[in-house]
Amino acid sequence: MKSIKIKADNLNVYYGEKQALFDVSMYMEEKQVTALIGPSGCGKSTFIRCLNRMNDVIDICKVQGKIEIDGNDIYAPDMQVEQLRERVGMVFQKPNPFPKSIFENVAYGPRIHGIAEHKSDLEEIVVTSLKKAALFDEVKDRLSDSGTSLSGGQQQRLCIARAISVNPDIILMDEPCSALDPIATARIEELMGDLKTEYTIIIVTHSMQQAARVSSRTGFFHLGKLVEVDKTEAIFSNPSDQRTQDYITGRFG
Amino acid sequence: MTDRIEQRINSLNKRLNSEKRFRIYCIGAMSFALAWVLILFLNIFSSGYSAFYRTVIQVDVPFLNLIEDTTQFSEMSSEDINNLSMYSFSKKAIYGLFPDIEEKKDKKMLIRLFSIEFEQEIREFLKSNKSNINETETIYLTASDDVDQVNKGNYPRDLDEDKRRIKDIQLLFFDELVDRGLVSYEFNLPFLMRGDSREPELAGVGGSIVGSLFTILVVLILSFPIGIFAAIYLEEFAPKNRVTDFIEININNLAAVPSIVFGLLGLGIILNTFGLPRSTPLVGGIVLSLMTLPTIIIATRASLRAVPPSIREGALAVGATKMQAVMHHVVPVAMPGALTGTIIGLAQALGETAPLLLIGMVAFVVDVPQTPLDASASLPVQVYLWSESAERGYVEKTSATIMMLLGFLILMNLAAVLIRRKFETKW
Repeated sequence: MKSIKIKADNLNVYYGEKQALFDVSMYMEEKQVTALIGPSGCGKSTFIRCLNRMNDVIDICKVQGKIEIDGNDIYAPDMQVEQLRERVGMVFQKPNPFPKSIFENVAYGPRIHGIAEHKSDLEEIVVTSLKKAALFDEVKDRLSDSGTSLSGGQQQRLCIARAISVNPDIILMDEPCSALDPIATARIEELMGDLKTEYTIIIVTHSMQQAARVSSRTGFFHLGKLVEVDKTEAIFSNPSDQRTQDYITGRFG
Repeated sequence: MTDRIEQRINSLNKRLNSEKRFRIYCIGAMSFALAWVLILFLNIFSSGYSAFYRTVIQVDVPFLNLIEDTTQFSEMSSEDINNLSMYSFSKKAIYGLFPDIEEKKDKKMLIRLFSIEFEQEIREFLKSNKSNINETETIYLTASDDVDQVNKGNYPRDLDEDKRRIKDIQLLFFDELVDRGLVSYEFNLPFLMRGDSREPELAGVGGSIVGSLFTILVVLILSFPIGIFAAIYLEEFAPKNRVTDFIEININNLAAVPSIVFGLLGLGIILNTFGLPRSTPLVGGIVLSLMTLPTIIIATRASLRAVPPSIREGALAVGATKMQAVMHHVVPVAMPGALTGTIIGLAQALGETAPLLLIGMVAFVVDVPQTPLDASASLPVQVYLWSESAERGYVEKTSATIMMLLGFLILMNLAAVLIRRKFETKW
């Protein structure tokens, strides 16, 4: 049994009047990849954005229930959201590098958190992060080029490097490959395999094959409810709920 | 079958024809607008360009008549030269052009060929060349407006004498001077350097250019930071509720308020309540800032809104505070748009006349202002002032002032375009 990193307890999320998540309870294991699947609008992105409180920026969004990371309630009043996001990095659906140099993209996080004391420390962090994101070899000669000049797959790996530059425990990935071609997707998946030795990864994906390839546990969301969560093999070979069965066999979604 | 094809071809031809007609309408509309702009420019240019030249007449001034030894001038201070009585000496120098004239009336007519400040001009020459004045010096004196206009061909010579400002005898003098080669044209530098004057040949736009620059400077200093900060707050930080909706509606309304209303506000509050000095670029700038603010706020908000939200999320996701996300990532991307909006707003303010009339910037100001606290005119108000004057000389000066104003506006808009091109973020 691996140790539990994140635990959600009876999570309800509302956008104004509309309820987006209903009583979601699940846990995620440390240094494992957990995949969240389900049809569009099922609430899986909403759920993942609760884990680093990205939903805070949406005025009408209201969260009830409890999410604990390492036993600490992240919605507790004394929790500082900036500190939380330092520990819980995020990679978005569409690659969103800052319109600045590649170096600046990665250096930004360490700089605002005051992680690097000297310029050489900062350079080291940038190089390490780019190496971990398997991007360094491709960009080492042009670190001062704009991050937006890279290809889509490279941009997404740059965003991963940016996320790991502040040395988080957890990386959230919200459909990180949906805007990428199959080759770039394969590279990111390969990268996730490397990253899970150091980080707890939660990935939202539309592709069931991807979930099957990269994750050890998978949760299936449908209409705002967590229908089923189990070991990935179990979900795909022997789902206990009819809706899961229908979804993974392609009856809807 | 063939019927159907024929029908399709007919219908296609119809559509293509209507497209052709549509294009012709569009080109027509554009040409019409362009033609008017061209006519405007041609009209202003053709009547204004001559103001950049002025007529001067060479006069030999025998300084020996003023003093026994001209080297003594070099020992005099400017004060001493100012105290010299030079009026009748200067007049005599001019009479020297036509030594045969006896009658007092004719002498007066001769003097009137020159601008009223001929004595001052000789004095200035003396002051700036006092160390090496020869016994007789040739000085270029400004011709009077009437002579200037005759020389430029703007004044009809064939009218009856009693309908003309310039008399027959003056024309006689003038033609004689032209024959002797003493009348010449030169670039009208004083026009660009001097303040307003009651004499058209001496009036310049220098005062109003400086006044306008001071005014714009005040507008920039006030409205740029206030506008940018207000826009950032409204767009990025303000909660979306009725109060902010109300503010937003009012800002949009403010942009549509007639400018003269801002002038009344300036008159009522800034001059009368706060007692700031009347007719000054400071007050003009404050009033125009009120007018420019909505433009800047609206443009800045639009460019902030155009920054993709994913950039904010990217910054927040690495643990930036909201302010850091906005100031480090959103504002730099939005800045070119905000600057463009600011420049457009400034250009609007530069051309604004009505509010300035109400706060007294319509005053007749001879001195070029030294600080924003000196009374001054501004370019558009100068246009307004001169367009009301009867003298011929003011007609070309009005057009020339409009040319300067248009020139500044074109420069500012060009700057806006260049800034946008240069600093726009490429995705």
